[in-house]
Amino acid sequence: MSSLALAASAAAHLPATSGPDPIIASLTIFVLAIFVGYHVVWNVTPALHTPLMAVTNAISGIIVVGAMLQVVDIHAQQITLTSVLGAIAIFLASINIFGGFLVTQRMLDMFKSKKGER
Amino acid sequence: MANLTALLYLVAAVLFILSLRGLSSPKTALRGNLYGMVGMTIAILTTFFVANEPVIWLILAAMAAGGLVGAYKARTVAMTAMPELVAAMHSLVGLSAVLIAVAAVFHTGVSHTGAQQIELFIGAFIGAITFTASVVAYGKLSGRFGAKALNFKGQHLLNLVLALTMLGLGLVYYATGSAAAFLMMLAVALALGVLLIVPIGGADMPVVVSMLNSYSGWAAAGIGFTLDNPVLIIAGACVGASGAILSYIMCKAMNRSIISVLLGGFGAEVSAGNGAAGGAKNYRSGSADDAAFLMENAEKVIIIPGYGLAVSRAQHALQELTDLLTERGVDVRYAIHPVAGRMPGHMNVLLAEAEVPYEKVVEMEEINSEFSSADVVLVIGANDVVNPAAKNDPSSAIYGMPILDAYKARTVMVVKRSMNAGYAGLDNELFYMDKTMMVFGDAKKVVEEMLQAVH
Repeated sequence: MSSLALAASAAAHLPATSGPDPIIASLTIFVLAIFVGYHVVWNVTPALHTPLMAVTNAISGIIVVGAMLQVVDIHAQQITLTSVLGAIAIFLASINIFGGFLVTQRMLDMFKSKKGER
Repeated sequence: MANLTALLYLVAAVLFILSLRGLSSPKTALRGNLYGMVGMTIAILTTFFVANEPVIWLILAAMAAGGLVGAYKARTVAMTAMPELVAAMHSLVGLSAVLIAVAAVFHTGVSHTGAQQIELFIGAFIGAITFTASVVAYGKLSGRFGAKALNFKGQHLLNLVLALTMLGLGLVYYATGSAAAFLMMLAVALALGVLLIVPIGGADMPVVVSMLNSYSGWAAAGIGFTLDNPVLIIAGACVGASGAILSYIMCKAMNRSIISVLLGGFGAEVSAGNGAAGGAKNYRSGSADDAAFLMENAEKVIIIPGYGLAVSRAQHALQELTDLLTERGVDVRYAIHPVAGRMPGHMNVLLAEAEVPYEKVVEMEEINSEFSSADVVLVIGANDVVNPAAKNDPSSAIYGMPILDAYKARTVMVVKRSMNAGYAGLDNELFYMDKTMMVFGDAKKVVEEMLQAVH
């Protein structure tokens, strides 16, 4: 089946209770998000490309959400291989979240302070 | 409840997009950063309700520990070390992705469908490559491993074999669900990450950092697929797109194709094409006093800062000099080449740190038409980005690279340690022009001498 036909059939099935595989919905979101990201980022002024990178570092810290979903009770056990690996991932992702947003803030403050004074 | 959490995730995703959008101008950027923080908070709080019996104390402890480390780093890092910090943070995203994928594979009592196995495999191997590649990039940027490109015979063949092995192991995992195959696949991906970055030289690091920025986004999106989590997919895709655009901009600024960067070797091959290396050529050198005198009597001065400026920490002295000259009615501005620093936009941050006003800093495309009307161009710590060979010498290694047209100014002054070649190992004919005056010495010392002369 061509991808076009696949998409069409996916659309046709949307209202039904047994919809398409969730991966199709994820793929739709993914592709559209790339387009949004592409257009938004081209609008970023080159002077702020380093802060852009720092803030995207923080935003990739969103992976913490995936890590949190691993740190769960399994058969009433709190400490399992899964939860420990998840906790380490939370630790690492949190470094990104806090480090990324705060260092972005620090850089942007440098750009701003001159604006106000002069 | 499921609908509410999905909507909250949507709000978080929109806030992330708005935070990127804010960066279109310094005026809106701080608000944008705030949007990002709010979005992250919403996403994390929502996840507490999504998770099935979360171990809250463990999550909070890990988060607090990571938050402390991150906040400390953010406060203490030197602006010159931003590329290292960013590379280190990419590696953390990669490693997190790997850990989450492994945790999911070993999650007892949960069986994965075929599609989920493919998603796990993709998320894990992108994460693994991002992790080790970023560690090597970090090592090169911080000078721990040496920035030299490492090339050996059969390098590309080895990479290809490893990539195929990795895919093969992924198929085995898909067919049998064997955790051992999954772990072996990871090991191969980790090795591949190292081998991919090892051949890339120091001059190409801005591209590599941008590229790994992109990878870290794709890794997050891959994990989002595994967990069917839209906010991860959207955030990951935006970051991935952002890194890809930055890589493209950096490649264009160096006139390099992404393929040739990835194949590596740049910075190792020292100019064969440049005939200028033979016979000594004449150049004119002057003192800092002479240079200061010329600038004082000019109407329009354009300063071209390069990374050498930051290395000798001369930005603050330079800004003082600029202030003095501006007070005396001289029009002084800074011209920035996209690869002036060691990552995209790096020089802008270094100048902003030295309190150079945002309006005084002009990008290459905007200022290039103004060099012909400039009385003095002051080049500090920059070399290849002002080399006219990029325009008029087809045999030059940097031919075709966009440059700042410093050679069009009435007088050119170059502050440099010695006549040694630049990053690309090329001689620079700008230094031998009649209107060029070389001022030798450490950038900071020279600028301070100029300051005294102007006072």
